Amino acid sequence: MTELVSTTPGLYPLPDWAKDELRALKGNQKEDLVDGSENAETVQTYETVREDLVERQTRAGLDRVVEGQGRWDDMLAHPLAVQDSVETRGIVRYYDNNNFYREPVVTGELTPDGDVAAEVAAATGHTESPLQAVLPGPYSLADLATDEQYGDEAAFLNAVAEFLAGEAARSPEVETLFLLEPSLVTDPPETDDGHERVPAALDTVAAAVDAEVVVYPYWGALVEKLYAHVMDADIDALGFDLVSAPDANVSNAQEYGTPADVALGVVDGQNTRVESAETVRERVDWFDDRTPQNQYDRVYATLNTEAFYLPVNRFQEKLTTLGAATRPREVEV
Amino acid sequence: MTREQFRPPNHDHDHFLLTTVVGSYPKPTWLHRARDQYEDPETGFDDEDFQEAADDAARLITREHERAGLDVVVDGEMRRNEMVEYFAHRIDGYEFNGPVKVWGHNYFDKPSVVDEVGYAEEWLVSEYGFTTDVATRPVKVPITGPYTLARWSFNEVYESEATLAYDLADLVNEEIRALVDAGARYIQIDEPALATTPDDHSIVGECLDRITAGVPDDVRLGLHVCYGDYSRIYPEVLGFPVDELDIELCNGGYDQLDVFGDPPFTKDLGLGVVDVHDADVESVAEIKQNIERGLEIVPPDRLTVSPDCGLKLLPREVADRKMSNLVTAAREVEAELDEGTVEVAAPRISAD
Repeated sequence: MTELVSTTPGLYPLPDWAKDELRALKGNQKEDLVDGSENAETVQTYETVREDLVERQTRAGLDRVVEGQGRWDDMLAHPLAVQDSVETRGIVRYYDNNNFYREPVVTGELTPDGDVAAEVAAATGHTESPLQAVLPGPYSLADLATDEQYGDEAAFLNAVAEFLAGEAARSPEVETLFLLEPSLVTDPPETDDGHERVPAALDTVAAAVDAEVVVYPYWGALVEKLYAHVMDADIDALGFDLVSAPDANVSNAQEYGTPADVALGVVDGQNTRVESAETVRERVDWFDDRTPQNQYDRVYATLNTEAFYLPVNRFQEKLTTLGAATRPREVEV
Repeated sequence: MTREQFRPPNHDHDHFLLTTVVGSYPKPTWLHRARDQYEDPETGFDDEDFQEAADDAARLITREHERAGLDVVVDGEMRRNEMVEYFAHRIDGYEFNGPVKVWGHNYFDKPSVVDEVGYAEEWLVSEYGFTTDVATRPVKVPITGPYTLARWSFNEVYESEATLAYDLADLVNEEIRALVDAGARYIQIDEPALATTPDDHSIVGECLDRITAGVPDDVRLGLHVCYGDYSRIYPEVLGFPVDELDIELCNGGYDQLDVFGDPPFTKDLGLGVVDVHDADVESVAEIKQNIERGLEIVPPDRLTVSPDCGLKLLPREVADRKMSNLVTAAREVEAELDEGTVEVAAPRISAD
């Protein structure tokens, strides 16, 4: 019997009140963004944001609750942007989106300091539900950054993976850890060595936590060869973005199998059109029907991307959809 | 040639480097205050009041452009809050749900397409009419292109962004023909979204075919693209039905200039010669060197000199000084070209 679990990949939009309040508190130039040294008033505002974002998930009835990452001004590059050994430089484009982040340039040795872990710890006070931590995967975080310290790609990826492992290990115990890996789709490694480094880096992070680890690539499907390598990683679940590339993702799952669990991106994180709970279930069934050779213990039903692309009203509606999709259905008699 | 019509009647030099701006310009603080009041129903600041404030700002900035010495001016897009929102408010089929993040604490009210798009009310004809009335120099009309209008919206109903972009292209064509009827002779289509998804250049090409249908040959059409990897759209862009390609290159220190040398560039080149994300004002000498980089790609009679992109994020005083230095630099390079003391490395190739 497959368990259907509703969740999200985090990186939520700020509630509209917080957009205004934080802009007023911090400013809106690149030097005003979060660098790990916020003043007390800003810290308190983010605490209120955290409570708000957790409460939205509770209201929607999600099976996994995330901290929401309201403080991640630089999206997935955030864990580096708050590091002392990292300089944030110009504003660069965030994948193929009309979004920008500050380019993090690693100029010294990366040392985990618990900045991310503290956010997850702060969220534990706001909910009784199972918590899910969200981090960039090592490959994507290395891809978003520039290295001026480690010298070659292999050493840099390894350093980023160790850094993320250190952050993950400092987190309080969580049920699930999502590692977001869009770069595995958008900018896959070009060499055999590069492919082989990916599962090793994922293992480094996964081994640091006693939680179910979900590796979630999106904006397409992994190229086959990389998929085969990722399947070598010691992870509990792999993600499939069924909004952007349903057929290619199904094909990978058919050809190479999957881990015991899968995370299915079935609700569009970049479109205001709101899906119904029924659509969510249909999309999950569609994937299941096309991969009869696989038995899934658990299927995570999720937004296919981070959520900050959405206006708050539609974001909330999509949370509600996901929550409703996994609630036990009433049986008509 | 659509360019000679913009040479000022008393131009001092034989050579003519057309100077202009991309479009947006910092808004006066009081215009922001006026908009805040206008959007707050309790102030009683009505349509007419806001229109008057916008007129004042458009007049002020048009004249600021003229004082800087630009050959072709715009009104700094004083009436437009944002390059997609402004148009979406005037097109049937759009709705707004609230702000979304662009970067940091900068947001825009990204609209959703919830029904077939249609032409509801004029977009820019009255803006153009006002600017032309207050200007003593030719006026350029920047207009957001259909691909960007499609890409930077949530598409809830169209089968694909391409089909939405084609429908929007037909509306842009309708507006451009109305602008031409009103006298516009220089129209710039802004397609920054092409830089985010360069593989879609064929969609942009199809859009441009639709946009330019029925537009007379003497109307100068430009295409502005910025902040991307140009090698992914070149040389395909040479097949687009426009006279001028305007690109941001200064910001990257002209590291992508070589892209446009092979195969040879066959259109007019709108070259960004000042950086719009740097509040340091480039010196005249520095801008002259930047202009000369453009002469590696096109001869002087095909070079347009402009900032990298809209100046709106700069302090107004900085924007003004950048424009003035840009014009001074262009005039000095023209004089040196007349004297034959500047080298033109570009090959002589006809656009035909």
